[in-house]
Amino acid sequence: MNECIIAIACLGGIGLILAVILYFVSKKFAVEADSRIDEIAEILPKANCGGCGYPGCKGFAEACVKANSLVGKNCPVGGASTMAKVAQILGLEASDVKPQIAVVRCQGDCTHRTRTNHYDGAKKCALASDIYGGETDCSYGCLGYGDCVEACLFDAISIDPSTLLPIVDETRCTSCGACVKACPKQLIELRPKGPESRRIYVSCINKDKGPVARKACNVACIGCGICVKKCSFDAITVANHLAYIDPEKCTLCHECVEACPQHSIVALHFSNSTELC
Amino acid sequence: MLKTFRIGGIHPPENKLSAGQAIRKIELPAQVVIPLSQHLGAPAKAIVAKGDEVKVGTLLAEANGFVSASISSPVSGKITKIDTVIDSSGYAKPAIFIEVIGDEWLPEIDRSSDLKRECTLSSNEILEKIKAAGLVGMGGAAFPTHVKLVPPPDFKAEILIINGVECEPYLTADHQLMLEKSEEILVGVTLLMKVLNVTQAVIGIEANKPDAIKLLTEKATAYPGIQIQGLKMCYPQGGEKQLIEAITGKQVAPGTLPISTGAVVQNISTAFAVYEAVQKNKPLIERVITVTGKDIVTPSNLLVRLGTPMRALLEACGGIPPNIGKLIAGGPMMGRSLTNFDTPITKGSSGILAFNETESLRQPIENCIRCAKCIGVCPIGLEPYLISIVADQNDWEELERLHVMECIECGCCQFTCPAHRPLLDFCRLGKSKVGALLRQRAAKK
Repeated sequence: MNECIIAIACLGGIGLILAVILYFVSKKFAVEADSRIDEIAEILPKANCGGCGYPGCKGFAEACVKANSLVGKNCPVGGASTMAKVAQILGLEASDVKPQIAVVRCQGDCTHRTRTNHYDGAKKCALASDIYGGETDCSYGCLGYGDCVEACLFDAISIDPSTLLPIVDETRCTSCGACVKACPKQLIELRPKGPESRRIYVSCINKDKGPVARKACNVACIGCGICVKKCSFDAITVANHLAYIDPEKCTLCHECVEACPQHSIVALHFSNSTELC
Repeated sequence: MLKTFRIGGIHPPENKLSAGQAIRKIELPAQVVIPLSQHLGAPAKAIVAKGDEVKVGTLLAEANGFVSASISSPVSGKITKIDTVIDSSGYAKPAIFIEVIGDEWLPEIDRSSDLKRECTLSSNEILEKIKAAGLVGMGGAAFPTHVKLVPPPDFKAEILIINGVECEPYLTADHQLMLEKSEEILVGVTLLMKVLNVTQAVIGIEANKPDAIKLLTEKATAYPGIQIQGLKMCYPQGGEKQLIEAITGKQVAPGTLPISTGAVVQNISTAFAVYEAVQKNKPLIERVITVTGKDIVTPSNLLVRLGTPMRALLEACGGIPPNIGKLIAGGPMMGRSLTNFDTPITKGSSGILAFNETESLRQPIENCIRCAKCIGVCPIGLEPYLISIVADQNDWEELERLHVMECIECGCCQFTCPAHRPLLDFCRLGKSKVGALLRQRAAKK
């Protein structure tokens, strides 16, 4: 019985002394944290996707408070409404950021690109592209093993079983850019969402010479330059046998879409257009 | 006594189907394709243009930078175009296309088969000739030979090791070359010793080639300083680090160059090419290649001009097998699967291997049970199972800590894995990503 009391008293005593020490230490060395960091972290989406370029939502909140400016800072997941709230807390102006969306620039499904060999390795785009150009003669096109699907935290991208190409779910895509980083072929681009989700872009990144590209894929950009001539707004440039439409200059006039002999320019959400996939 | 390296290694079925087949020449193809990047380092720079006429030995492209090698024309004819070709890397690379017309050689090339032992050139002159001939390591990695023969200022070569191991299953090109050109090889080794200013050279040969060991041991008595060392059969003994360890007992420390052990390793075919370049003025324009596979009618060792399409080689050995499932450039362990029969032969091609449909398919991937067989066979002492998991999670910093850059891509791990996991694929992916990371870091500094 006596031993019990001694043990309890000793342990209790040690505990008490340590508690007092801890109390004073915590008072003495307390870190002054800006309460606004927690406030901002609270209203952020907490997806920790890294789309803002900072390590998680807390990192973004810290960066916003520390810089005391919102220039160049944007939470792609929360969008304008969240940034407005952040600006309110910090008493700053939110910078005007256009909503963006991920765009997969390849239309080479089985009907357009013929398979010339068979890949039986592990089904991962990064591994396959490390080994060779892919199952078709187009070494730029989509491999279809879904590294982008795996990278997406929001279930916004999936492989269409009929075309074996990724499709982006517009309602879910937050333009965090995870898929852009995951794609070893650099097929995915973040482009402005456009008014009423209307977008025009070249859905190909094949930089081979025209005849080579055309032989490999029916809908490859061959760099013929017809679109450049049709465009009245200097929005299109051709480099390395590949056309690119600058979204800042494009007025969605639709001229290039009809002119493209390869049908590699895609117009989305126009009433009379054929949609991708 | 037979020697070998200390850790890891496997002994896959040898399948040396073409062993003992005399080296034979094949007909010249109608067109050759010469990729500008046939070696490690910067691609060569073309100095010819469309329409130019060339002879055998005419310089086509010159070395572009320190780690690079020049390329000479393997045929006589006319340049038809400079375009891209899909080489064994699986991607399109720039190449020179030559239409073959006749077989006219540059007059300074000595085409006789007489053995020429004496060489009065200084070591610098020999080195210049090796450089001009565009010699590269012919074991497969194709590292420019002249670069390896000039060690960095802080290091001194003490011993020359000649790699006659040929531990890859199926391949017999080096074996046959040793049997047919033993004297020439020994002269080549003597020349290399002179360049490196070393007095000792060891030719390492695995015990499955007793005839080559016997022949070279007999002949080497006439060449001071050259020894022949028999080695136990163990893959990947032909790897530079493994061979140095097997012969000298010294291990190459991680992150250091093999020269830090005082050893310089050259392939047996390279030694022969050195002989031809220095004594016969012949640039690297042809090489011996094994064409093999269970369904190849006559597995052979062929002497082929560079740039010849693989199709021509297969046809010279009885045609393309109808049930071919995979065509591999190199051996089954380290070779690369090809997408096209018209892929050209390059300086680093050591063999062509045709697998039939059943042999070629990969086994289904199962779960890792941490049996650690891959760790046991890794000749470097890495943990391939862990590397594959970390690489799958894209954690490149952690991969760097796991020493992924030390991987020699021998494939022992994947060969051994009972769950058929793509361990080597992940190691390669990790190496390319960590390599990019290191380059990025170096650029920042």
